[in-house]
Amino acid sequence: MRRFSAPFVIAVLALSLPLVVMFAMGTGTVNIAIADIWRAVLNLLFADSPSNQINTILFDIRLPRILLALCLGAILAISGAVMQGLFRNPLADPYLIGVSGGASVGASIVIVMAGSWIQGTAALGLSAVAAGAFTGGFIATILVYRLATSELGTSVTTMLLAGIAIGAIAGALNSLLSYFADNDMLRQISLWQMGNLSTANWPRVAMVALVAVLLVGLFPRDSRALNALLLGESEARHLGIDVQRVKRRLIILTALGIGTSVAVAGMVGFVGLVVPHAIRLLIGPDHRWLLPGSALAGAILLILADSLARVVVTPTELPTGIITALLGAPFFVVLLIQRRREV
Amino acid sequence: MPLTAENISLHISGFNLLRDVSMHVEAGTVTAIVGPNGAGKSSLLKVLTGEITATIGKVSLNHRHLAAWALEDRAKMLAVLPQHTALSFPFTANEVVALGRIPHQTGKQKDELIVADALKAVDASYLQKRFYTQMSGGEKQRVQLARVLAQIWQPTELGDQFLVLDEPTSAFDLSHQKLTLEIVRGLAEQGTGVVMVLHDLNLAARCADNLVVFDSGAIAAQGSPEEVLTEKLISQVFGVKSIIAKHPVTQKPLVIT
Repeated sequence: MRRFSAPFVIAVLALSLPLVVMFAMGTGTVNIAIADIWRAVLNLLFADSPSNQINTILFDIRLPRILLALCLGAILAISGAVMQGLFRNPLADPYLIGVSGGASVGASIVIVMAGSWIQGTAALGLSAVAAGAFTGGFIATILVYRLATSELGTSVTTMLLAGIAIGAIAGALNSLLSYFADNDMLRQISLWQMGNLSTANWPRVAMVALVAVLLVGLFPRDSRALNALLLGESEARHLGIDVQRVKRRLIILTALGIGTSVAVAGMVGFVGLVVPHAIRLLIGPDHRWLLPGSALAGAILLILADSLARVVVTPTELPTGIITALLGAPFFVVLLIQRRREV
Repeated sequence: MPLTAENISLHISGFNLLRDVSMHVEAGTVTAIVGPNGAGKSSLLKVLTGEITATIGKVSLNHRHLAAWALEDRAKMLAVLPQHTALSFPFTANEVVALGRIPHQTGKQKDELIVADALKAVDASYLQKRFYTQMSGGEKQRVQLARVLAQIWQPTELGDQFLVLDEPTSAFDLSHQKLTLEIVRGLAEQGTGVVMVLHDLNLAARCADNLVVFDSGAIAAQGSPEEVLTEKLISQVFGVKSIIAKHPVTQKPLVIT
């Protein structure tokens, strides 16, 4: 497989992102031409345009949702890339190994425990749910890491089995909570199992954007450490990396990323698996390029998947997680087949 | 300045893996560790490189406790090649060897030159752009060797440098075994101290200044190959009858079994 120059691929992705955002702005139950979008943007910026229907669709409905998809896609893809480096295993996906499951349990517990209080205070409630998701994701990551890694690397089998085990616990707990939940809670909980961006609003965008900026800013500082970690923990230590500290930092940050994304949009799977894989095929596994490349490509992919979810069964829409799973699961199967051939 | 282990004992879950082992590696010399499987050679290397802390005893690098060095400084002086490295990501040979430059801040251009030189030294220049995941066992081992060579390619003002190799020749054919020994001798001449575990007694006899024979967690003998390799010791430690001859060219001891 020939590789492309990493700066070139990243430049192409960076230039595509605004185009994809424009495209998504125009796509939906009501299609809006690019020229009309520009006119609306200029009006909003320079003139006091009366709030008309197009403005409402563009800036109150579509834009927050697109920005949410952008930030979530970046978070999921970069967290997936980091997790694969940390586990020294290209198949480690936060969704498959149970981290998202753990996060969803944490979120569900908070929703049921603090039910009415959350509905009263939206922003605070969401933060509480995110904190629950973060804790659940954090515990799940540490559990899987302890179970699956040994001196010889990470066992794919153990890792996936640990994912199944955590998934089963998460499923049971979620069912239990659903059983006792009232109607409104039930709707919220079932949202997570599907992965849905339709609840986008500006406070949510702000929260996710904050986390996205944090991760995209902090992860690349450990790029070289991640490269060294691919050789193994003791090899990285012999290269002067403080492995324990790097590991702790990366686990906390990935749990924060996955926890936030689960709290806001639920279980959007496979973005963290598919995107880093594709980028690695294009430019190689060097994390100095892989991390920014994955963040950009993840943003693009999730905006497109979400646009698809919005139009595929117009006038209603599908949960976005269904689209990513339908795209990602066959990809995962292909990866498994390839691996079998290699061994 | 040396790499030393003093009175090392290592107990792990009820087993005495090492018993009162003391060893001294001077800069500019080659030390070979030999012994039967499970004698504790790898455990000693792990203690010597700071991967495991000894239950009793202390390890020092250039007269300073190993754990007292900052990790990055230590990496500039001590490079370690483990027996197996499981790397399942498609790095090219160039990229793998460049990982050896992580502890240094010498800049991209200098690093690229060192990477190319290190690959050339292990006869692997032709692998530069090839993917590690598609190489043969011997090729992988040579690339890893180039990586640790790149790590200590230039001297550092921090102190003498040491290279620790765990069975570096296990996947090599004859010509690459010979090449490895030449590299090791060359490093020693430039002032690097080398410690390596070897299985082949004759390889060890040919290139080591100091030969350490391990038997069930303790040192059975150490000294120059001429002093250490005796028929009695080999039958004691390995349980094999042998004849010690002299190599017709190098005059080094030659173990015939």
